[in-house]
Amino acid sequence: MSKEFKRPDGRKVDEIREMKAKVGIVPNADGSAMFQFGDTIAIAAVYGPKKMHPQHLQNPEKGTLRCNYNMMSFSVTDRIRPGPSRRSTEISKIIEWALEPIVMIDKYKNMVIDVHINIPQANASTRCAGINAAAMALAHAGIPMKDLVSSVSIGKLDKQLVVDLNKKEEDWEEGEGATDIPITFTNDGKMTHIQLDGKINTKQLNEAVELARKACKEIYEVQKKALKEIGE
Amino acid sequence: MDKELTISNLTGNKIKKYLAEGKRFDNRKPDEFREIVIETGISKNAEGSAKVKVGKTEVWVGIKMNVAEPYPDSLDKGNLMVTAELLPLSSPRFESGPPRFPAIELGRLTDRAIRESKFIDFKKLCIKEGEKVWTVFIDIYSINDDGNLLDAAVLGTIAALKDAKIPKYDKKEEKVLFGEWTKDKLPLSKEIPISITAYKVGDKFIVDPTRDEEDISETRVTVGSSNGVISSMQKGESQELEVAEFKEILELITKVERNIFKKLEKL
Repeated sequence: MSKEFKRPDGRKVDEIREMKAKVGIVPNADGSAMFQFGDTIAIAAVYGPKKMHPQHLQNPEKGTLRCNYNMMSFSVTDRIRPGPSRRSTEISKIIEWALEPIVMIDKYKNMVIDVHINIPQANASTRCAGINAAAMALAHAGIPMKDLVSSVSIGKLDKQLVVDLNKKEEDWEEGEGATDIPITFTNDGKMTHIQLDGKINTKQLNEAVELARKACKEIYEVQKKALKEIGE
Repeated sequence: MDKELTISNLTGNKIKKYLAEGKRFDNRKPDEFREIVIETGISKNAEGSAKVKVGKTEVWVGIKMNVAEPYPDSLDKGNLMVTAELLPLSSPRFESGPPRFPAIELGRLTDRAIRESKFIDFKKLCIKEGEKVWTVFIDIYSINDDGNLLDAAVLGTIAALKDAKIPKYDKKEEKVLFGEWTKDKLPLSKEIPISITAYKVGDKFIVDPTRDEEDISETRVTVGSSNGVISSMQKGESQELEVAEFKEILELITKVERNIFKKLEKL
């Protein structure tokens, strides 16, 4: 079946859109990066560790990672009203959870590391691109990290699993429609984030996780290469 | 704002001492801008978009359009809506949350520079008088703040407006076909407006301050004009100005405008 399946943009089922990654795009920030899946672009900047204000938010046990995901108003065809929404608030938290396991913030007691993610151009999978950019920005900022994380969305279009959904695929209506499963992995294969919207059986979901694991290895190489280019 | 985020008195005094001799830390003359780099078409889903770098300061601007009812006092004209966000991504000084005064002022000043210069022909953006007109949304985002966001925002706005194409509109269904564009550009005047801000530092005047220079400036005047005709102006911050100083500012800005204008003509 997979040989016959045609994706709207002609990609193979396990093919990620062209990836671009760049580190050091915001001079003011302690660390920053851009990550691109085709027409989806995310930029991220890291500030900190710095003292947490207001004081009552300070955690005397360990440092705090604080993420903020925001889509620019013109990033999609139908303008988004500027400012936070329920969606962006939830995604911000999801990204925090996806990144926290790799960041060694135990020693930054009472301090905060801010990660700001903005989407200037969107064609689906923006949270995945955001997580990839954020992980790179944290590394660029010199925050001690156990590992990088890489994130990708797996889609089920009717019955077919595909890697890295674009907007057209996200809106797939034929057959069983679209299922969107963004997944984030550490490089050593631990899952730090998974979400799902649609419908899928457990067998196929297990396959989706395997596909994501494979795709994240590819993404990791792109992130690593961009980070290595800083010194050059 | 955190005390530690603003510059020290020591640096401030040094900047003023240098300026007294007509010098700046980065070797520019008082009336000299940093390098301006403009790139258009940075976001595919926007009607028009641009990024502008002025030295290390960077601003991204996107244009979106939608059809709405006209305002009661301009039934045959399109609407303009300008918002600016000082992204926390762009500076350790900016915090998340509702827009504070500097972001509001940035949007307002840009709005007036565009609106008052009549750069956009809003009559041509009327679809059906009293019922349906185009709204032009200009959204400005700071990406890196190293001073003079005020002038950078207007430069970016001009570039994005010139880049913009009008979306397709289904007259029968009365709805915009988002993501599909006509070949029509926005109806723009040939006279390009620019906005230049003069900053008083010590008792000298400069344009295009870096973050440090802007920090120690006690007053500024923003002038929007096109083809030598001034159409918007605002004095910011609280220090008073002598009339002679005001005249000096106008001279400075007129001179600077000519140089910036050459850059914009190439767009």
